[in-house]
Amino acid sequence: MHSFNKTINYQDPSTEGYYGEFGGAYIPEMLYSNVEILKNQYIQIMQDPAFQEEFHALLKDYVGRPTPLFYAERLSKEIGTQIYLKREDLCHTGAHKINNTIGQIILAQRLGKKKIIAETGAGQHGVATATVCALKGMECVVYMGEKDIERQAPNVARMKMLGATVVPATSGSKTLKDATNEAIRAWINEPNETHYIIGSVVGPHPYPDMVARFQSVISDEIRKQLKEKTGSELPTAVVACVGGGSNAAGAFYHFLNEETVDLIAVEAAGHGVHSGMSAATTQLGKPGILHGSKSILMQTADGQVVEPHSISAGLDYPGIGPLHAFLYESKRGTFTSATDEEALAWAFHLSEIEGIIPALETAHAFAILPKMNFKPTDVVVVCLSGRGDKDLATYMQVMDMKK
Amino acid sequence: MSRLTTLFEKQNEQVLNVYCTAGFPQLNSTLEVMESLQANGANIIELGMPYSDPLADGEVIQSSGNVAIANGMTIDTLFEQLKTMRETIHIPVVLMGYMNPILQYGFETFCKKAKAVGVDGFILPDLPLYEFEHIYGKTIQENEMDFVFLVTPETPEERLRKLDSLSTGFLYAVSSSATTGKDKDFSKVALYLQKLQGMELKNPVLVGFGIKDKETFDAVCAYSNGAIIGSAYIQALSKGNSVEEATAQFLKAVLK
Repeated sequence: MHSFNKTINYQDPSTEGYYGEFGGAYIPEMLYSNVEILKNQYIQIMQDPAFQEEFHALLKDYVGRPTPLFYAERLSKEIGTQIYLKREDLCHTGAHKINNTIGQIILAQRLGKKKIIAETGAGQHGVATATVCALKGMECVVYMGEKDIERQAPNVARMKMLGATVVPATSGSKTLKDATNEAIRAWINEPNETHYIIGSVVGPHPYPDMVARFQSVISDEIRKQLKEKTGSELPTAVVACVGGGSNAAGAFYHFLNEETVDLIAVEAAGHGVHSGMSAATTQLGKPGILHGSKSILMQTADGQVVEPHSISAGLDYPGIGPLHAFLYESKRGTFTSATDEEALAWAFHLSEIEGIIPALETAHAFAILPKMNFKPTDVVVVCLSGRGDKDLATYMQVMDMKK
Repeated sequence: MSRLTTLFEKQNEQVLNVYCTAGFPQLNSTLEVMESLQANGANIIELGMPYSDPLADGEVIQSSGNVAIANGMTIDTLFEQLKTMRETIHIPVVLMGYMNPILQYGFETFCKKAKAVGVDGFILPDLPLYEFEHIYGKTIQENEMDFVFLVTPETPEERLRKLDSLSTGFLYAVSSSATTGKDKDFSKVALYLQKLQGMELKNPVLVGFGIKDKETFDAVCAYSNGAIIGSAYIQALSKGNSVEEATAQFLKAVLK
């Protein structure tokens, strides 16, 4: 266990949105008013008892929270430690993403917005956004990279069925980073009536903090459930996969200032960290600015953003949320990675020994368990961020190859 | 006195600032384009440094940036190209770009090199006010670079006055909250510009976004010191004529 600076509050960014040197709001003036309104109002709106009541009622009755914390007996025996799975895969729409979209749609209503825009990579956040827009009767436009639209047909169909318009992002590399650019531009072009629901702990302040707060319900529940099951609210370690980092931020949040809890973030190594086909941002990136905040960013020596690679579209992002960049730099977090191959193997292994088919993103978090030297007395919580239905096509290809 | 200040002392109306992308259409087109702009009547050159993720720009300018990046344009290469710029270019030159490539290059080195080659100032749309005041502004001022902030119709008055007070050279009035290369409703724009005129700002005001031809140029010049044309000129350059021919034809139509 490493030591870290006890005087730092890892949860809350500065008033300008900085976690250490990371964060801020590097946005063109055209976005200033929108972001400023959010920045001035989000805490107040979120702390309003009526907001909290509506948020928690929807999380309970619509999303299906609290999600179970499940003791994985066979997995624990195999690894030689005590492993609990936080079952975010059991949320409505199949992943943790909806915790944030529920929060932001209520916030958007209170800001008087009529229309929602969102970006999506694999389509999970797009589906979660389309879902809450249908629930609240709001217009929904989702920007999605042209390449991702081809790769993720079932999620595109789900969004359309939920009444959303899916707009292909045709600029740049035609993937998540460009879908985010297009969504931000759309927001610039129609600022007054529109709210932009960012899906991860990225973007200009206050988004990283706001999304982390909405996702923090995950660790809030973990503490209560662990207390019931083990007598202590604090585990030895919390493990989560990190693309932009929303499920990790939610799973870490209420442990950030608990120095005994090891926070383990698993990035996607793709074909291998140094293969040239990777999305392991902290290993390959340098400080830089993308999508309105300063963070760690995969880029060329000349500062052009590079296209990462991961088999899981949800981890295929060249940056990382500024909170995570700070956890990495301050060594509060332990950053490691798993390859495409390891993630695939663990998607099958978890299915076979626990009867749970995880999303490919989530499978990365499991892949590092054998390498961490956990002790038999350690209590390890893994955030099972999403279910694997959306990845069935990939899993079927693997099974065909094995034939 | 800076070139920009001198220019506005001599000419305070119908000032034409034209945007071009460094390294576009060819890697070595930069100076040729700039010379051609100067020869055909542009008063200021806004030279864009290409970036993979230019948030404030529309499709046309992003595409030209992608071409330039593919051509091999970098900040280092650009400063190489600009070394001899002041032998032929006498009008003000303002560099426009995004923070990330500049941070990788080194912010202070960037300012020093810009000064050394004879650049007059910067437009950096994703360098916000707070970071300008607390981190980067001092280095910009120490190197005697003008710095141009953007203001929009949504910018509150108090903030607008602050941005004006920190800007030198001119103030960049975005015609409406939008990315570059979109058509605008010019009756609304006129009301906004009249409001700006009434504020007695410190800086001359140039209007950008949606200015594409003589009609739109004249429309905004009626209530400002001039305008900035970007996407429309990049489109003209993209049509495949020679740089000189495309530039002469384009500027002749705007300034006729």
